[in-house]
Amino acid sequence: MPFPKPFARQVRALPVMTIDWQAFWLTLQLAVTVSAILLLVGLPVAYWIAFSGWRWKFLVEAVVALPIVLPPTVLGFYVLVALGARSPLGRWWISLTGHTLAFTFSGLVIGSILYSLPFAVQPFAASFAGVDRKLMAASATLGASPLRTFFRVIVPLSIPGLITGTALSFAHTMGEFGVVLMVGGNIPGVTRTVSIDIYDRVQASDYAGANGTALVLLAFCFVVLVIVYSLNRKPWAVGPAK
Amino acid sequence: MSDARAIESGAVATLASLAPQNSKPDGTLLAVRLRKRMAGQGHEFALDAEFQAAPGFTILFGASGAGKTTLLDCVAGLTTPDAGRIAIGERILFDSSQGADVAVAKRRVGYVFQDLALFPHLTVEQNVQYGLAHLGQAERRERSSAILQAFRIAHLARRWAREISGGESQRVALARTLVTDPAVLLLDEPLAALDAPTKAKIIDDLREWNRTHCIPILYVTHSREEVFALGERVIVLDAGRIVVEGTPHDVMTAPQQETVAQLAGFENIFDATVESAHPERGTMTCRLATASDAGTVLLETPLVRADVGSALRVGIRAGDILLATSLPQGLSARNVIPGRVTSLQQRDVIVSSRVNCGVEMEVHLTLAARDSLQLAPGREVWLVIKTHSCHLMQR
Repeated sequence: MPFPKPFARQVRALPVMTIDWQAFWLTLQLAVTVSAILLLVGLPVAYWIAFSGWRWKFLVEAVVALPIVLPPTVLGFYVLVALGARSPLGRWWISLTGHTLAFTFSGLVIGSILYSLPFAVQPFAASFAGVDRKLMAASATLGASPLRTFFRVIVPLSIPGLITGTALSFAHTMGEFGVVLMVGGNIPGVTRTVSIDIYDRVQASDYAGANGTALVLLAFCFVVLVIVYSLNRKPWAVGPAK
Repeated sequence: MSDARAIESGAVATLASLAPQNSKPDGTLLAVRLRKRMAGQGHEFALDAEFQAAPGFTILFGASGAGKTTLLDCVAGLTTPDAGRIAIGERILFDSSQGADVAVAKRRVGYVFQDLALFPHLTVEQNVQYGLAHLGQAERRERSSAILQAFRIAHLARRWAREISGGESQRVALARTLVTDPAVLLLDEPLAALDAPTKAKIIDDLREWNRTHCIPILYVTHSREEVFALGERVIVLDAGRIVVEGTPHDVMTAPQQETVAQLAGFENIFDATVESAHPERGTMTCRLATASDAGTVLLETPLVRADVGSALRVGIRAGDILLATSLPQGLSARNVIPGRVTSLQQRDVIVSSRVNCGVEMEVHLTLAARDSLQLAPGREVWLVIKTHSCHLMQR
């Protein structure tokens, strides 16, 4: 059944929202990859920060926290230099793969990992440090190695912190801009993420397009955070079969 | 479920039947000699102790802050001593002269903490099986269900550790440690929070278990009752040092040290000099040091080897003193001393009364006794003290 005429005209009068799904999926891919890697890399780093007795530990803590205060362009600049053909790392990568890391998806992943590191490591370390030391001592006296204590006691009791850290690094990567622009540039399907797409559209006065993409990102991030916080509300809500 | 499995496999467990799996009950000694500097609150002191613990209970007794827990932590390997040697039989756990320091997980030292430290995210059964990871699943199940039965907590196997009651938690914590077959057991006031009957039952179970295992058990407490209930041997720690050791009776009823006396619950401690000895009666008379204007206070005390005129100290428990409102007649008690009530104070169900009889003595009464004697400050009374309620110590 066709719409009555006035309504159809109204719909056509609305600005057409063209959403760049390619950028959206690329961003999602980036955020999932980065938060997954940060979950793996962040665990040992956070463990070390939480339990090391090294007296210069605060220096490492400061380095890890640096991306929180550093302008993304500064971080992006150094990552770009480090990945470039003139640095040892860049040369090694080129000898390995035949192309440079800069302006590739892999380069973007590396930059984003550095950028989001504190958002994963700090909640991890805080929740590790919050685990009752007596439980770790009990685990050791029961014959468990430090590794077993970590996976059987510390990690299970830090689930809320692990969820928070992973969610924060995910959301942080979803919305990052400066580092991506510096390291990845703006190559559709390779390094063009949602936030860069939005920026481009605003530059081109395509406010409607920017609005559409921004809305999708906003809704998506909100849903993710709602799921995370609802999971975190009752860490042990699921009981065993009696 | 675990009950059914245990009965099927014929493993109807009693504590005595839980025979040790890989250590023969050969009566291994725990030998400890260690020094450890500790930063206390506002002051530093050093734990400096040397002792041997034979199989069975050895009580570590002392006020909080005396270094009892640090001592246990050193034996378990959770704290590294500055110097010393810790060994179970021939097996060296720590030796500063050889640079030996066995990892906590490899010491086979069972440790039940004061706050138990059950894993809250695991079930009771998972807690008990935690230390059995090196075994196959079948044996793990068998051992854990046997010990759960023996400690009468088999019905809790599937419950979360954080859901069960205090007494149940104590049993689970003990079972979790004992199931690993430790070579030495450390208990840091594990029963402090329990009521007396529950405590007594758990201690019985523990004794029963150790009848077959025969391992040294270091039991930390600051409760006098527990010392008498458990004690085969008592080591008294004060400010990091062993001040006295012996049987509970020796240590607690005739303390040689004032710190022990206070710990042992002597509310009244007086300086005294020996006035005369009566070997034929097995007693002697001591004069208590009083303020210059007060009269003499003489006490008949048990006879000890001390010269007339020598300085001693007398400890009397507030609960061992009787009060009379008129001069009592025909008593076996040798000390009847007149005095005046200076204050009465109710503490829970006990009335603590202070009586001045030349020295001030604290006397504990029941509420009923206070009411029937119509005691009030200013009232004249007689203090009645048995000879053997007067405990002598060196000054």
